[in-house]
Amino acid sequence: MVELTIDGIKTHASEGSTVLETAMEMGITIPTFCYYPGLSCYGECRVCLVEVVKGDRSSLEASCTLPVEQGQVIFTNSEKVMRARKVIVELLLSSCPNSKTLQDMAANMGINKVRFKIKDRGCILCGRCVRYCKEQMGVGVLGFVGRGTSRRVATAFDLAPEECRNCGGCEWICPVCERACTAGSLIDGICGACQNLVPVETCPVCTRCSESVGPQGHRVY
Amino acid sequence: MVNDYEKVKVIVDKYGGNHDSVIAILQDVQSEYHYLPEHTLRAVASQLGLPLIQVCGVATFFKAFSLKPRGEHTVTICLGTACHVRGAPAVLDEARRQLGIEPGNTTDDMRFTLETVNCLGACALGPILVVDGEYHGQMSPGKVKKVLNKFKKTPGDKRHEELEVSS
Repeated sequence: MVELTIDGIKTHASEGSTVLETAMEMGITIPTFCYYPGLSCYGECRVCLVEVVKGDRSSLEASCTLPVEQGQVIFTNSEKVMRARKVIVELLLSSCPNSKTLQDMAANMGINKVRFKIKDRGCILCGRCVRYCKEQMGVGVLGFVGRGTSRRVATAFDLAPEECRNCGGCEWICPVCERACTAGSLIDGICGACQNLVPVETCPVCTRCSESVGPQGHRVY
Repeated sequence: MVNDYEKVKVIVDKYGGNHDSVIAILQDVQSEYHYLPEHTLRAVASQLGLPLIQVCGVATFFKAFSLKPRGEHTVTICLGTACHVRGAPAVLDEARRQLGIEPGNTTDDMRFTLETVNCLGACALGPILVVDGEYHGQMSPGKVKKVLNKFKKTPGDKRHEELEVSS
């Protein structure tokens, strides 16, 4: 067992577990995208960034791949984290504006505009489908091909592979296919149809549930 | 095809059928065929027991690997800053005109593949034109034809002769 501090709360975690898992056990919500229980951690999307304080320095690390350490000091909601996370969600949105999961996340963070040039690729390369196919179905017909801006998820030679059982798991687990944003038009990359741009009331007592972290405050439950 | 499977097997066995050696194996396969034909990738994947897509991922990741057939001679022109300043774009234009192809493509007779590179680290020699690893420094548009002609004249290798006979 190791002892660490998350958001000012001292806690114990078993060795080998990750900061994300520990925070989740404590009831702290860290937004995640490429992380999925049951799949290996990949650290691709960087949405789950947390601030790790070491002495008078702090760094940003992806909590899903960060193993717990003795005496670690973590902040999941600091200003530095929120700022970095916003940029990351904006970047993800700019390459994939039609994901409801992402749009909701942007709404929760109070993002009203995507500052980057929008180039819809319909995929954020989170690799969930790749890992699902390999780890859960034991087939591994999906993978990444190419590099840099031309990187994409594909099957070998773009052919329908013999090994594929048509389980549909890749589509089911895809955060874009699973919940496509149905908004007709996007303004500045934000759909604004569901939660965004609507003033949210603040709870009478803030329990720091981190459910909504928009500029207007928490949502009332 | 069966023959190719055996050829690949020799290469895979040389590396002990080790997953970690997939890059080295692909390099050897590429030097055997000048590119990576689809069936050799299938052979590598099945012999290593890896999913085919994983081998494809490696083959498409590195620029050194080509899934398209390549010419007998590879002409590489450096377009790094130093070469650019010394007039590499004009050299490239001349090579393009001489070969009649755009960078990244291969001539129809499978003799030349034209490529550009961002720096070869030999800036003092710029502009540089490399043919099959042979460096030709201080290149000028006028010299390009001379250098290429030297390679055009060399008798084709066996593969090329076979192509000629069959056509």
